[in-house]
Amino acid sequence: MSDFEPGTPPDVAPGEENAESVTTYLVGLGLATLLTIVSFFVAGTSLVWAPSIPVALTVLAIAQMGVHLVFFLHITTGPDNVNNVMALAFGVLIVLLIMAGSLWIMAHMNHNMMPMEQMMQMQR
Amino acid sequence: MSGAQATADPHRLGHGRASRNPASEHAGGGLLSKRIIVGYGFWIFLLSDIIMFSAFFATYAVLVGNTAGGPSGKDLFDLRNVAIETGCLLFSSFTCGIAGIGAQTRRDLWFYGAMTVTFVFGAAFIALEIHEFAGLVAQGAGPTRSAFLSAFFTLVGCHGLHVSAGLLWLLTMMAQVFAKGYRPDILRRVLCFSLFWHALDIIWVGLFTVVYLMGAGQ
Repeated sequence: MSDFEPGTPPDVAPGEENAESVTTYLVGLGLATLLTIVSFFVAGTSLVWAPSIPVALTVLAIAQMGVHLVFFLHITTGPDNVNNVMALAFGVLIVLLIMAGSLWIMAHMNHNMMPMEQMMQMQR
Repeated sequence: MSGAQATADPHRLGHGRASRNPASEHAGGGLLSKRIIVGYGFWIFLLSDIIMFSAFFATYAVLVGNTAGGPSGKDLFDLRNVAIETGCLLFSSFTCGIAGIGAQTRRDLWFYGAMTVTFVFGAAFIALEIHEFAGLVAQGAGPTRSAFLSAFFTLVGCHGLHVSAGLLWLLTMMAQVFAKGYRPDILRRVLCFSLFWHALDIIWVGLFTVVYLMGAGQ
């Protein structure tokens, strides 16, 4: 199957893997909708202990990102996908470093900084 | 085996079918592997885009408390509007996947129909977001009001710009398929577009959780 023949049929024959793919997207849509509804419900509810809400929202968001990756972007454990998964792992590492590192450093700097009123008085 | 191919895929993972036939290696590895390599390259671009967004997320998270005596997220955010936006983007992500299947199986009705639905829902998302921004600016909560609002407009606005660019790309892909047909190179561009659109939805999941849900529930 060469790329340069315009008439080459695609690697997925019509009607063959097709029904399966639509099912994949439908399952993904269902799961993502469910997780979104639960997120919005949890955010506004008074049924759970209030300080646990941000943790619950974080877990739900990570779960939904996982659903999107698997069912929409097709990042799976198949042999064709090892490179994609490795790149994703590196990306997640950098994202975590940037987010956690920024929050950590800025919280410390905030903590060590002189209160604003004192700073204003010193400048007079 | 060419050098470029070796760097893109050092373990030759995308060549399960092609490697059985030594002649096809010199022809670039065949349709399947080229699709996989293009997808891999675009995936790396998307990850770099996500890293850029993570810097904006970190900025927002650092500045979220610095409201300078102005309104906080709790006073400003309308969760019903956000829920509708989320629904629009999620459903357009689904129809975008359907359009991808339609393009691969060369069914005009599936491709053009699903792309049109994707465009309509994406445009509805942008319209809702512009309406929200205009409302905020009108009540004196524009990006110049406080550090919190600067970070908010930068983060959400950057995602909105990505969606707008995605809408232009969507129209371009429809025009290209219309003008040039379902050629392998056009199909690869459709694949890249659908990866881009799905990635925007992933960023929106982080966005509505961190900015709106956590902001409104403080």
